[in-house]
Amino acid sequence: MADRTGMVEKRGAGLWLTHLGLIIGLLFIFFPIWLAFVASTVSQPEIVQPPMPLLPGDQFFENYRKALVSGINAPVAWMMLNSLFMALGIAIGKIIISLLSAFAIVYFRFPGRKTFFWLIFLTLMLPVEVRIVPTYEVVANFGMLNSYSGLIFPLIASATATFLFRQFFMTVPDELAEAARVDGARPMRFFWDILLPMSRTNIAALFVILFIYGWNQYLWPLLITTDPSMNTIVMGIKQMFPSGDDIADWPVIMATSILAMIPPVIVVVGMQRLFIRGLVDSEK
Amino acid sequence: MATVSLEAIRKSFGSTDVIHGVDIDIEDGEFIVIVGPSGCGKSTLLRMVAGLETVTSGEVCIGGNRVNDLEPMDRDIAMVFQNYALYPHMTVFDNMAYGLKIAGTAKDEIVERVDSAARLLQLEDYLKRRPRELSGGQRQRVAMGRAIVRKPSVFLFDEPLSNLDAKLRVQMRLEIKQLQRRLGVTSLYVTHDQVEAMTLADRMIVMNGGIADQIGAPLEVYANPATEFVAGFIGSPPTNFLKAQSAEVTIPGAVTLGIRPEHLLLTSEPSPVAGTVLYSEALGAETLVHLRLPDASLVTVRQGATEPLPAEGTSAGLTWDASEQMLFDAEGRRCDQPAA
Ligand SMILES: Nc1ncnc2c1ncn2[C@@H]1O[C@H](COP(=O)(O)OP(=O)(O)O)[C@@H](O)[C@H]1O
Ligand SMILES: [Mg+2]
Repeated sequence: MADRTGMVEKRGAGLWLTHLGLIIGLLFIFFPIWLAFVASTVSQPEIVQPPMPLLPGDQFFENYRKALVSGINAPVAWMMLNSLFMALGIAIGKIIISLLSAFAIVYFRFPGRKTFFWLIFLTLMLPVEVRIVPTYEVVANFGMLNSYSGLIFPLIASATATFLFRQFFMTVPDELAEAARVDGARPMRFFWDILLPMSRTNIAALFVILFIYGWNQYLWPLLITTDPSMNTIVMGIKQMFPSGDDIADWPVIMATSILAMIPPVIVVVGMQRLFIRGLVDSEK
Repeated sequence: MATVSLEAIRKSFGSTDVIHGVDIDIEDGEFIVIVGPSGCGKSTLLRMVAGLETVTSGEVCIGGNRVNDLEPMDRDIAMVFQNYALYPHMTVFDNMAYGLKIAGTAKDEIVERVDSAARLLQLEDYLKRRPRELSGGQRQRVAMGRAIVRKPSVFLFDEPLSNLDAKLRVQMRLEIKQLQRRLGVTSLYVTHDQVEAMTLADRMIVMNGGIADQIGAPLEVYANPATEFVAGFIGSPPTNFLKAQSAEVTIPGAVTLGIRPEHLLLTSEPSPVAGTVLYSEALGAETLVHLRLPDASLVTVRQGATEPLPAEGTSAGLTWDASEQMLFDAEGRRCDQPAA
């Protein structure tokens, strides 16, 4: 504490200026979120008539209850559950697959090892949006439209995560694998007992990133879920917009937006400690 | 406890030959040190015994059984690595217990064995710590403990002390030696440090470019080097080498004459060899006098602290007892009475 006040005194104006800049930036980003929150707590007529209110109204519970229980096309609680399944499925699936493929690439000499490596590398250039039509065709033929497997599997392979783990595994000294071998550990045992626990900060960091990636998927769920009960929340918001002459129920839509933000925030905050450690240092 | 024997061991990485045929029979309980300069294949040889490297040709036998095709865990060996290779996320206890756990040893026996190893290595107070919370010397001990708890018949060490500071190295050297004596386990120990080799070994293997130049007890190797390389590598300061003809040696085939610094005497007579005194290092118990010969080669004389110091820049003669000189042929092999 003493150190900090000392620093303020020493650097005085500069520090205040930096803080001011940060605060302005923060307000700038936070303002739309605040507006959304305000809009989710007032009634429909209050939003439509200008000027828009800047302070929360008294409809908070009413609007959120309406959103969660009935929504517009499907209850938001249900859509959030869909999103949760999808995001967890993608994050956990990606982590398991990329851990195993990185393990194979780094620790085993098998025929075609280089080829597989480059094949994985190649998929970096083929995100969902690029291969969306053929992928749709495949998923449709497998009868996976409107299903969790259809939402998850096409997104589950991850070159990025495989690379991250490959890079990490290559920093693990060879002697560690040899010591485990002398200790009698078979390869999968070494993976499970030694490599996996050593990767846990990396796994945590990746989980946060991939969970948000999965949660924010928009185009793919939009394409393959036609049944409102399979909608995910991020695309569900879009589906709530009125078509034709219908009147939009803006307070409920805004309440939905706010609700959609909560789980990623919980994941980031909950895993902050591990997450930051994973990004900053690979544990020695 | 077991004998180890290597028969015509060779190793190639692709088309590069690294080990060119090594033979040795190691007795039960013997402490063998493999010594040589960096890159001569010491680690490769050790790793072949461990089973971490395949054997290109030849036979490795442990306790009389051919083990060429066995996994390390089935060879009844334990290895201590240069950088310790401790599992960073496990406590000291778990590090030592891991091999036993895999082998399915009963829980209370694991505890008992780890505890007794910890007592032996003075690690009792550290069993709950992680490796990163230990000093270099303690990590070294944990690595040894991991080897001990498994009660293997052979210990393998690959430069286990080279990451420690000089003082700790001397202390750990002593501890390793005592431990090995106490446990009586056959040991192979790799080092590039000839002092470590001299002090630890029952017998040492001096390696030179993938060949075992000489195998023998340290003092025997020191007194009677089989090759010019061994004479130069073992001993500090190293053996002096003179051209045989300039030293007035007329034995046929002899090209080089080797003579250890402690066997040289400074005289005022400029025969058979004379040189210019460059500088002297007084080390307290002894003094090293460095001279330059007319053919520009350098020679070191080691003399007692009480002997008179020659002034720098003056010239001095060198003599020695002919029984101390070693003669080598053009290939660097010993060509006077090779004793062994
Ligand atoms: N896996 C490998 N592939 C190719 N060459 C190797 C390999 N391991 C060691 N070598 C080579 O073998 C030689 C001996 O290596 P090493 O046994 O580690 O030497 P030392 O332990 O005596 O320093 C070196 O020239 C090294 O480059
Ligand atoms: Mg080595």
